Amino acid sequence: MGTTLEKKILAVVSDRKEQVGGGAPVFYVADAQELEERAFLLEKILSGMAHQLDDHTMIIVRH
Amino acid sequence: MNLTPYTWAVIIGVMTGFFSRLRMLRTDYRQYPTYLHGQVIHLSLGFIAAGLGAVAVPALLEKEYTAITFLSLAAQQFREVRNMERESLSKLDQMELVKRGPSYIEGIAMAFEGRNYLVILTAFLTSLTVVVGTWYLGILVGLVAIVITGVLQSGKNLGQITEVRPGELRMEEAGLYVDDIYLMNVGLKENRQRILDRGIGIIIEPKNVDSRITLANAGQRQAILHDASTILGVYRDTGEPSLTPISKRDLEDGRLGVLLLPEDRNEERAIRVVQKVPVLESAVRLPEEQPDRA
Repeated sequence: MGTTLEKKILAVVSDRKEQVGGGAPVFYVADAQELEERAFLLEKILSGMAHQLDDHTMIIVRH
Repeated sequence: MNLTPYTWAVIIGVMTGFFSRLRMLRTDYRQYPTYLHGQVIHLSLGFIAAGLGAVAVPALLEKEYTAITFLSLAAQQFREVRNMERESLSKLDQMELVKRGPSYIEGIAMAFEGRNYLVILTAFLTSLTVVVGTWYLGILVGLVAIVITGVLQSGKNLGQITEVRPGELRMEEAGLYVDDIYLMNVGLKENRQRILDRGIGIIIEPKNVDSRITLANAGQRQAILHDASTILGVYRDTGEPSLTPISKRDLEDGRLGVLLLPEDRNEERAIRVVQKVPVLESAVRLPEEQPDRA
């Protein structure tokens, strides 16, 4: 099973470049549609849960 | 065949003790122990317990007081049973989609230990009656004890200390609510729709101060989610934390908002299942029993 990171932001997806930055991997997207798709993919890949901060940014967290 | 009264006492004592263990060994929705191997383990230990209880009486009457020390050995042995159960259930719990939680496991392990002591007591009383009275009186006492142990083993369930009613699930932006209780933030639109389509919202309302604290216990809440998911099935898979049955508490009045994701979306049945969830011993608090309460 190995070690898993919990209660950590695993990835950030956003279409507003100026709003995000920092330690977690950031994925920039073009629009709301792409934001939804990218967050969906990352949720499945990382076995995390997508949370919406506002209309432009989502974070993937494993609980 | 000419048997002494002591031998009769031991035989009848062991038999009633064993039957009381058999009666307490039930396979229900908790699914444990289900298969023959698991059952044989507990029946054998029950048999040993019955033997200890039954033999204690003739030993005492013959002034063999050292024989009593064997009972302490038995206590040691049965504590080991509790450890064994706790360990194996905790290991298995890691593979569950909706976990039992440590409190539930501790409760089950404790029950396994306690039942062996009840068996000892049953065997002891029966054996004593046979020696002091007669064999048929002993069998009668044994039967009564078996009935009593059956009653003793059942605790309270949630329906007795709380009011369980349906609640409406709704989304406000990314926030999921059941009635007015906030549950969690769901990011993906797809998951929001799936939760609204497949989920059942339930509100559990405590009836008094005692049950309010019981309901706040995280172990009790996990037990509710586990039991409901075991009986109703669960609409989720590994690596899908968005589809997780969850419970959150209203801090103002202690109500519990629950999201269930059953395979069989039947609200009435879900409520009945939640009402039947056992109240965990480790979650029981009785602040109302405090003597100097204002």
